[in-house]
Amino acid sequence: MAADNSVLLGLVEEFVSGQVDSKAAETATGVKTGQFTVLQLVEALGLSLTSSQPQTRGRGVQLLSQVLQECYSSLSEREVEVLIAFYENRLKDHYVITPHVLKGLKALTKCSVLPPGSAVSILKSIFQDVHVQSLMVVDRSCVYNILISLMESREEELKGLGADFIFGFVQSVDGERDPRNLLLAFQVARNIIHRGYDLGKFVEELFEVTSCYFPIDFSPPPNDPHGITQEELVLSLRAVLTGTSQFAEFLLPLIIEKLDSDVQSSKVDSLQTLAACGLTYSHKELAEFLPGLWSSVRREVFQTASEKVESAGLSALSALVSCLSRSVLNSDSEDVLQVFLNLVLKDCQHHLCEPDLKLVWPSAKLLQAAAGASYRASLIVSAAVIPALLEQYNNRTQCAQRRTLLEVLQGFVQPTALSRPADGEDSVLVAFQQSLCSVVFSALTESSAGLQVTATRVITALGQQPGLLAQTDVEKAVDHLTRLILEEDDSQVSSAVVECSGSLARLHPKGFISRMIPPLKEQILSDESSAAVRQRCVTALASVSSQLSVVQESAPALLQVLASAHTGSCGFSVEEVTAACVSLQRIALHARDSEEIGRFFQDIIIPRLLGLCLQAALQSRDSGRCSPLTDEAVLSAVVPVISTTCAALRSESASRMATQTVSLFLDGDVSFLPENAFPSKIQLLQSQTESRGPSQLVCLLMACVCSLPCSVEIPEVDRLLVQLEDLSCTCPHLFSYTFAAKCFAGLVNKRPAGEALDAVLQRVMKRIGMELENVSSAQRTQAFTLLLWVAKALLLRYHPLSTALTDKLFALLSDPALGCQVADGFGVLMSDSPDVLNRDCHADVRIMYRQRFFAENSTKLVQGFNSAEQEKKSCYLKALSHIVSNLPRQVQLTELPALLPLLLEALSCADQAVQLSTLSCLQPVLMEPPPALRNQLEALFSRLLALTTSPAMKVRIASLQCVHALSRLPEHLVLPFRARVLKALAVPLDDKKRLVRKEAVVARGEWFLLGSPGGR
Amino acid sequence: MSGGTRLENANPLIFQRSGERLLTATDEDEDVADPIDDREIFDLIRSINDPEHPLSLEELNVVEQMRVNVKDEESTVSVEFTPTIPHCSMATLIGLSIKVKLLRSLPDRFKIDVHITPGTHASEDAVNKQLADKERVAAALENSQLLEVVNQCLSTRTI
Repeated sequence: MAADNSVLLGLVEEFVSGQVDSKAAETATGVKTGQFTVLQLVEALGLSLTSSQPQTRGRGVQLLSQVLQECYSSLSEREVEVLIAFYENRLKDHYVITPHVLKGLKALTKCSVLPPGSAVSILKSIFQDVHVQSLMVVDRSCVYNILISLMESREEELKGLGADFIFGFVQSVDGERDPRNLLLAFQVARNIIHRGYDLGKFVEELFEVTSCYFPIDFSPPPNDPHGITQEELVLSLRAVLTGTSQFAEFLLPLIIEKLDSDVQSSKVDSLQTLAACGLTYSHKELAEFLPGLWSSVRREVFQTASEKVESAGLSALSALVSCLSRSVLNSDSEDVLQVFLNLVLKDCQHHLCEPDLKLVWPSAKLLQAAAGASYRASLIVSAAVIPALLEQYNNRTQCAQRRTLLEVLQGFVQPTALSRPADGEDSVLVAFQQSLCSVVFSALTESSAGLQVTATRVITALGQQPGLLAQTDVEKAVDHLTRLILEEDDSQVSSAVVECSGSLARLHPKGFISRMIPPLKEQILSDESSAAVRQRCVTALASVSSQLSVVQESAPALLQVLASAHTGSCGFSVEEVTAACVSLQRIALHARDSEEIGRFFQDIIIPRLLGLCLQAALQSRDSGRCSPLTDEAVLSAVVPVISTTCAALRSESASRMATQTVSLFLDGDVSFLPENAFPSKIQLLQSQTESRGPSQLVCLLMACVCSLPCSVEIPEVDRLLVQLEDLSCTCPHLFSYTFAAKCFAGLVNKRPAGEALDAVLQRVMKRIGMELENVSSAQRTQAFTLLLWVAKALLLRYHPLSTALTDKLFALLSDPALGCQVADGFGVLMSDSPDVLNRDCHADVRIMYRQRFFAENSTKLVQGFNSAEQEKKSCYLKALSHIVSNLPRQVQLTELPALLPLLLEALSCADQAVQLSTLSCLQPVLMEPPPALRNQLEALFSRLLALTTSPAMKVRIASLQCVHALSRLPEHLVLPFRARVLKALAVPLDDKKRLVRKEAVVARGEWFLLGSPGGR
Repeated sequence: MSGGTRLENANPLIFQRSGERLLTATDEDEDVADPIDDREIFDLIRSINDPEHPLSLEELNVVEQMRVNVKDEESTVSVEFTPTIPHCSMATLIGLSIKVKLLRSLPDRFKIDVHITPGTHASEDAVNKQLADKERVAAALENSQLLEVVNQCLSTRTI
């Protein structure tokens, strides 16, 4: 014990007189481990605490405070009481001691055993003895922290202090300048307001002391050491100012005053603060200031050039109106909402009658913001505005004016979340339903495209609201839409019409089945219709088909296109057949949400589709007649129809589908196909010499078996894999062997790990190895294709064998015959393939496989590049740019430093494809350049500027886009290049291609603005 | 544009914007040379911002495609612009913006002539003379305040 005591004395001595700061930590550890008690420490400190030198006393208190900071939690209530009494007393001591005293008090206030009454006495002493604003930043923050922790733990006691607490706080904060402390002070003020402290007569003082910072204008110091943003300060101050309606009489005039400011950010801040007031205030506080607020908000929205100010103004108005809407109506007083809206209407409504002038839009937006604030407001505004707009529409004859009016009307038709009628209430538009419909229908018959587009949007909005489109109106609308689909050439109109039909058909399928589908079908199958009309009809059929009842009509119609194309009637082109398949696929997407649609596709559509393709293939083999259904483009379009359907199938139907398809392809079992007129012995997976033969149907096999859910077991999968391997290695046709390889890969990807899979992989790797080694073999490309897809299948699921396969690919990059194909193969490896091995097909795709692949292989690639002969280097660069451009941006940015020299090399490579893919991979990176780039700017600029005169137009365009992107770099980095860039860009201004000139103009314009006043 | 100041013409007439130029097959064809035509020049100047309103010169009908005249082979461009009101004090500034935009965007072989549509402005001749005088245009761009306003008119608006 005596030994401990002397240790302690030693520590104290060294800290106090020896000025060794580290001893405080040692003492604290001693107290924490129980070596000495706090009491012993105080005793040991005795001499220093009573010294006549303020510095020595300060040092003593400092040691005690630092120890307390570490071990306040182990103190007893009695100890705390004594310590507090001591510290309160020390506050009266010399000013050099005060900071340490405050630290000690801060530690003590965190104690859970703080004796009752001590909170009050601590605060009283601080408010009385400390002049907070003459302390240093850190010590001021100490005071705020004491306040915050006492407010957390001793709320009741502090409230007992009443207005004295508020006064003390106001005095301590008055004059605070440091943003870190302001955040704390605002937090205290927010607590005062939100937790119901009595402000007494100090409301105005508390407001003054906080509102003097409004609106906050803060830009963090350049290196931003504390990470405080303007946004943070603004939000915490706003929470204080708008927290209580007691501030209203001071805040509202302040907002009106600040709205006159020239600084845009303070306008926005004032408007947003006003919007926040709307949530806490009631009409009583607002009443007096409403005219002033309204005229300021109106002025801002009318005059501003900034969308930020405009939208802040609109939300402020909306908040005011919704606040007034909450007010309870009094029988003797007038309706405040009505009075305010009358004011708004008086100032805005007449502008709506001048559809050519600028103010029509700001006025409409203000009225719409007011109407959108509540149901009651929308009733009042609509009652005044809609009849006027309808009358205007009928009086005006010019299309441009009518269009503006209709667009304004559209804004009033769509209710917002706040103004939606509650259950049992009618839409505010019910009274105008008839006249609205007649205006919209008349607009649909106008010749102006803009008017028609707006009209379709209004119909959509009306259709979404119950009670606004009667059955007869729906029918009329469908007739109009059908007419527009058939007759209107304008692409904007037809896409708007198609969109509108889609959303109406979801709610009113009957009208579409009876009135739209039959005429569309007739047009599609008619010999006279033009390609464009057919295309529009086919697209429209897809977009109206979201309900089973519609699908049952539309999908067979589309299938009929394929059937007629096969028989050769109606003269369908390959493009038209492809378009029909695309539409079928869009319909099949609905199978994900609706099991019935999935079943309909499985039972009716898919068998007929397979049957047609099979007929076509057999016919072409036997009679040599080429039906469009044997065309590779058409087959590629049929693939997504089948795979989308299969991917959505549930367990049992999925198994049935698998069995049927596999037995069709392996054994020629055609029993589930309709119109069973096929020869009995068909072998689909045999390699044939004719290009359009049945072997290309392997793509349909892939579409089916590779997109079923993982849980579905594929019957006879081993036999299937053997046949696919054979087909992919021996078939001479690109289409067939590629799809065989993809199908093989798709099955391998989903096969559970184990011996069976290993056996398959060993066999196929052996075969691939043999084929590739034989340099004279005619089937090396096939073997490479299979290798590529199997490698992808394994890479996606992190299979241990994948490295062996990708290494083989790297080795093949220097192959004289295959090198170029291999380089492009890396694009296949890294990008999502649309028809197989993606997540929609339920493939086993691990997250971040690209990053992993890149991390493991980038060095191999760089080494390979460095050791390759000159003429082979381009293959490596191409592979690299494929890999890098598929990486997520975040990874690109981190990896760029290592790769930059290589990418720059790629820019000077002669191969245009390499240049182009490198540019496209550089461009996004340049938007937010990593530091590594900054040292390479010289090299980058000289290469990019050289490419702006490349012979290939796409390279010129891409390089100009990169030069444009570079103008957004920090000014000090790029300003030195300005003159050079401007001179170099003068050349492409006279390029022979307009698209190049366009990019050059944009880029050069931005570079001119760089470093110029008013520019950037 | 502070709260207190009033705009000269607070509620001007607004015109519709023309759509983007449609791409044709020849635009994509490497071998075909596309001459610089009226529409291309109009596309350069139509998106210039008005100094007062959040609107483009096209929306205020200050520039129109029919008032643009370009002869590619002779390397001349002539643009007429129409101030929204005859006493518009911004006319010179608008003219200067158009001129600067064309100087920056066209190859230097072009001779650029920017002037007010005859009969649409009170001090038409004075403005035309200023815009035609190379020295004065150059001098105006030396003035950093003027350059600032011109640059603001030419920058793509940030939202």
